[in-house]
Amino acid sequence: MTLLLKVENLTVAYGKVEAISGVGLAIPEGRIVTVIGPNGAGKSTLLNAVMGLLPSRGRIVYAGQEVMQAKVEARVGAGLCLVPEKRELFAQMSVADNLLLGGYSRRHVRDDSRARDLDAMYTLFPRLRERHAQQARTLSGGERQMLALARALMARPKLLMLDEPSLGLAPRIVREVLEAVASLRDRGMSVLLVEQNARAALSVADYAYVLETGTVALEGPAREVAANPRVTETYIGVGHGAGAQREASTPLAAS
Amino acid sequence: MNSIIALLLIQDGLTMGAVYALLALVLVMVFSVTRVILVAQGELVSYGALTMASLQAGHLPGTALIAVAGGVIAAAMELWAYARGPRSRTHLVAAALYVLVPLAVFGLVAALAPQGSGAFVRVLLTLLIVVPLGPILYRVAFQPLASAPVLVLLIVAVALHFVLTGLGLIAFGAEGVRVAPLIDGMLRFGPYFLSAQALFTIAITLALIAALFVFFGSTLSGKALRATAFNEVGARLVGISTTGSGLLAFSLAALIGTVSGILIGSFATIYYDTGFIIGLKGFVAAILGGLGSYPLAAFGAVLVGLLESGSSFFASAFKDVLVFALIIPILMWRSFSAGHAEEEEE
Repeated sequence: MTLLLKVENLTVAYGKVEAISGVGLAIPEGRIVTVIGPNGAGKSTLLNAVMGLLPSRGRIVYAGQEVMQAKVEARVGAGLCLVPEKRELFAQMSVADNLLLGGYSRRHVRDDSRARDLDAMYTLFPRLRERHAQQARTLSGGERQMLALARALMARPKLLMLDEPSLGLAPRIVREVLEAVASLRDRGMSVLLVEQNARAALSVADYAYVLETGTVALEGPAREVAANPRVTETYIGVGHGAGAQREASTPLAAS
Repeated sequence: MNSIIALLLIQDGLTMGAVYALLALVLVMVFSVTRVILVAQGELVSYGALTMASLQAGHLPGTALIAVAGGVIAAAMELWAYARGPRSRTHLVAAALYVLVPLAVFGLVAALAPQGSGAFVRVLLTLLIVVPLGPILYRVAFQPLASAPVLVLLIVAVALHFVLTGLGLIAFGAEGVRVAPLIDGMLRFGPYFLSAQALFTIAITLALIAALFVFFGSTLSGKALRATAFNEVGARLVGISTTGSGLLAFSLAALIGTVSGILIGSFATIYYDTGFIIGLKGFVAAILGGLGSYPLAAFGAVLVGLLESGSSFFASAFKDVLVFALIIPILMWRSFSAGHAEEEEE
């Protein structure tokens, strides 16, 4: 099986403190890989470093190319996309404009594929079609998450990285989002899923890494990791509860 | 004061107000995209007027040489980036553009300037000379500081203003110039006269504002520029280059500054350092919108223009003082209503 992303010995330091140190990670084509771990373990840092938003040391090979030096926009152009925890939508712009800008990296493509992609997004998320003229800041938390996901899909990513897609969402919507993620795999896309909601993440993933205080503590096929007694005790029991607690306190859920 | 004088003052006020509005819009745009308060916007205005006047006199404008020198520095920085970092071809292409475009323009101007060309050709040449200075200034002064705090950017912007004023003095000398009006004549309505150039200025300004409106509202590049202004991280995540946005914002600033200079040069005598005062008036207007609102900035600009023409009639010695004093009530009003000025977080 060909690897789409290979991360070796990746270290990110904020000043003298290393947020992640020596992390290795591999994502095969067409697979969902999840990174679980407690709050502050460095999961988001890992994604931001792979995306190029943070300076890092080590090696990142994407689609056979070393991308350590590549700018964020070059990585997006190569099909590496991130839906960050904060969503980073264009709050004062319309839903339609957010989606159009999602296809910005494909602006030189001369056919009508971007228009068709837009229509496909509206079919996938009918709620967004209803609200296409509204400013993104008027959307509910769940709708924002849909918009963030749809905006990233407009770039036709090969590898989609999702940072806490279930954060602040009602359990029913979490299931919908994860089903959507699973359907992306069926279309040949690879997904790197970072979640605090370990139970949900492990249920859709093929392979899992457990990140603790900036290093990989455990890795293996998702089913085996889910069956590991330590993981069950620490993340599936307590982790799920912690996720629910964060749900209630996060401003996204409140708005 | 009778109605004829009142009409003249209003005409003056609206004409200058229209130009200030353009400058204010550019200041707001550049600030929101790059967080740079473009103090040197005024120098682009005076460079526009001085270059145009120099071409009218059949000279080779010194700005053409300034652009070549700036281009060489920018190209050297691109080559340095190529040598040190990823060997990306975009650095080489950029370096070539920075050197070749100003050189080509220099050659063209050197060939055409002594012949004494028509007004339209002179406007075109002026734009070709001054507009490339926008991206060059961004590349040299601000691109290396992309993640610096606003205060550092402001300090660099002030320094850039002094450098450009000094270069203006070397290039054009200390004498003031007037640009010949692009359109001569007066329109007569009964006892009232309207200057054709004033109407032309207002028309061009409105057309440019409309063009900016269409650009930002309906084109993907314009939307990308707005997206960068609203949310830089979000913009990078969809593949918008922040460097590209900065270059585009500065190009637009140079374009509008130059046009403003060409227009304003026929109403006022422009010296190498006049641009600063003009830019500052645009800044007063932009402050009215808290450097964030385009309609308020445009409204503020018309207010500044009218206040200026009014005070030049009633108290001409205090003309500039009265305009800049306007900033005090504006700032007081803004700080008392500051709670509403904050953009809400996503």
